[in-house]
Amino acid sequence: MKMDFMGVHHIMTDRITLNYEVSAEDFTRAGEASSDVKKKLKQMGVEPSTITKVAIAMYEGEINMVIHAQGGQINVVISPDEVLMKLADRGPGINDIEKAMEAGFSTAPDNIRALGFGAGMGLPNMKKYSDEMQIETEIGKGTTVTMKVFLS
Amino acid sequence: MTIEDVKNILGARVIWGAEYMDREVYTACGSDMMSDVLAFVKDHSVLLTGLCNPQVIRTAEMMDIVCVIFVRGKIPDESIIALAMEKEIPILTTGHRMFSACGMLYENGLHGGAPYND
Repeated sequence: MKMDFMGVHHIMTDRITLNYEVSAEDFTRAGEASSDVKKKLKQMGVEPSTITKVAIAMYEGEINMVIHAQGGQINVVISPDEVLMKLADRGPGINDIEKAMEAGFSTAPDNIRALGFGAGMGLPNMKKYSDEMQIETEIGKGTTVTMKVFLS
Repeated sequence: MTIEDVKNILGARVIWGAEYMDREVYTACGSDMMSDVLAFVKDHSVLLTGLCNPQVIRTAEMMDIVCVIFVRGKIPDESIIALAMEKEIPILTTGHRMFSACGMLYENGLHGGAPYND
């Protein structure tokens, strides 16, 4: 997987937009975008348990983009009251969202399980750690997952 | 206990991070599936795993894991060690199998978190 940091744009002093390109070429680099967001939130002095929620939800999403889709873009907006994460992939789409949300259900092949993922916990973990989650999917086109974590 | 205690109980070898051996450890978690590790928030936890790839260190980073212990004598490669150094996560290796290593730590007072409740 390849991840290119595309820059920080300070739109207003209290709002930060981060864009990442996630490509599925190198699995070992999956998670670099989440790592960067975690680091930035820490620098901003966000409460540790909130950072953990963002880090886990986004990391699972980033892993999904690498193992199920052919990568895509992640857009993160940090504002005073929330962290908004938008993960848009170029993958095959999700056939049955309800089924995909079940803990333990996975379509990941054995080689992915051998890497420590594909236990059917990705989407359930994303839902668990985000305060709001929305999935838009189109077969053959891709999936966009939008997650929000509120800052207290 | 500290990472030093964990190291002594398991007869483990420090691969990287000898200067962090005094870090406090409250709980432990053992799994080869990283998504299972990510399913429960941990407090000052060590991660025992037989999985040996860079995503182990990434998972540890996201969860603020204080130390990673590779079981069954697994030795991480250079890319894993480099990532652990970057993230300042000490890594140990022990010849014990997962079940034995978890049992030895449990016997010495290191427990996991609360049971799963849906």
